[in-house]
Amino acid sequence: MQPIMEKAKLILDSKRFALTIDRLSYELVENHGDFSHSCIVGIQDGGVILMDKILKALNEKSNISNILNGKLDITFYRDDFRKSSHPIKASSTEMDFLVEGRRVILVDDVLYTGRTILAAMTALLDFGRPASIELLTLIDRRFNRHIPIQADYLGMAIDTMDHSYVKVEWDIKGNSDCVRMLKEKKN
Amino acid sequence: MSQGLSTKHLLGIKYITLDDINLIFDTAREFKEVINRPIKKVPSLRDITIANLFFENSTRTRISFELAEKRLSADIVNFSASSSSVSKGETLLDTVNNILSMKVDMVVMRHPAPGAHFFLANHIDANIINAGDGTHEHPTQALLDAYSMQEKLGNLTGKKIAIIGDIFHSRVALSNIFCLKELGAEVTVCGPPTLIPKYITELGVKVEYNLHKALQWCDVANILRIQLERQDIKYIPSLREYALYYGVNKALLDSLDKEIIIMHPGPINRGVELSSDAADSHHSIILDQVENGVAVRMAVLYLLAGKRN
Repeated sequence: MQPIMEKAKLILDSKRFALTIDRLSYELVENHGDFSHSCIVGIQDGGVILMDKILKALNEKSNISNILNGKLDITFYRDDFRKSSHPIKASSTEMDFLVEGRRVILVDDVLYTGRTILAAMTALLDFGRPASIELLTLIDRRFNRHIPIQADYLGMAIDTMDHSYVKVEWDIKGNSDCVRMLKEKKN
Repeated sequence: MSQGLSTKHLLGIKYITLDDINLIFDTAREFKEVINRPIKKVPSLRDITIANLFFENSTRTRISFELAEKRLSADIVNFSASSSSVSKGETLLDTVNNILSMKVDMVVMRHPAPGAHFFLANHIDANIINAGDGTHEHPTQALLDAYSMQEKLGNLTGKKIAIIGDIFHSRVALSNIFCLKELGAEVTVCGPPTLIPKYITELGVKVEYNLHKALQWCDVANILRIQLERQDIKYIPSLREYALYYGVNKALLDSLDKEIIIMHPGPINRGVELSSDAADSHHSIILDQVENGVAVRMAVLYLLAGKRN
């Protein structure tokens, strides 16, 4: 492990991480039943990994599979294009269906300023008029919002300083995911 | 983290890096997905105004740029020399400065004088995109050609590309050579000796005067138009004779030992450099080139806009 990670504070260990994924999947089943009128859309890149873990949990714990799902990249919709040092290289969008009339569950790993979700909702409307949009996030940095956006399904809310950085460490194939908080972002 | 392009203008392929080309292709791939959606538009350039200055005739390049700009939500102004004050004697710099005073951020320009874009880039603040400068370069055409080849063949390293036709007057040929060599492809130019520039081999390409041999060698044949409008003297005896020796047709393609891909930047002189049965055959990816043109131009505009602060 790099020295920088040693200084990082563990805020969600892998055991609680797995429990959180299971809980979020049960909450979705509670509201969406067999998902026949719903779809799940993950925001690139972290939201897509989280969505895959939730889809896996829905399949294993609730025996629900074949849920309509897509991957959304919001690079071209960002409101900070040319205003920040954000990477401008896009990831892929894989939406082979329309969201027209569907209940959409938008998935992202960390809810921070809310601008990513705003861009995602703008992007989503290019794929039709959904019946509703809900938001699922793993971590909510609740005092850093720029826009009045809240999560409908939430893994964990944390209080952070503006300059601190929340890092989700994914274990894509396994169950060793965790979330750490760093005092500041290091590249 | 991507740092974007290494340049704020696209003046020619010669002046961009391999990383730039790959970044443009990666971005174009995502824009191709966008233009195949029901709503083919993203808001990326909604605060950008682009002037399309065409001092030379163009149909598909102008439409392709215009569509790319509209699909990025940019505001656009169009200008063509025939209906402007250029015909009243205004200089290029005056024309462009007048347009820029109206707060234009980017300029897409086609001009008959090679190097006109360099002159502009040195004098104005806007991002300049070369949409063809005389017989010099046509960078977006080369990018869309190479992108279309990659889509069919994968990595172009070691792939064999023949560029056939009027190499001497072709800006498409020069930009294609720079781009394909950068991507690691082998390039052969083929055409009548009068239409092959004398020192072309110094660019690292081979020359082949026999069309059948060139086609037999290549994986892709990029066939160029005979540019009669640029020929101040007779370079070929007649179009009929040119078609006989350098015209690509279906019978010729069927006589090869392998399947090759046929490309053409358009407009096609049907029956001269390319016959209808070859242009419309399964070998041809000419219409893919047109579709990819919009995506590649969107990528170029988007990435150059990213260089503005």
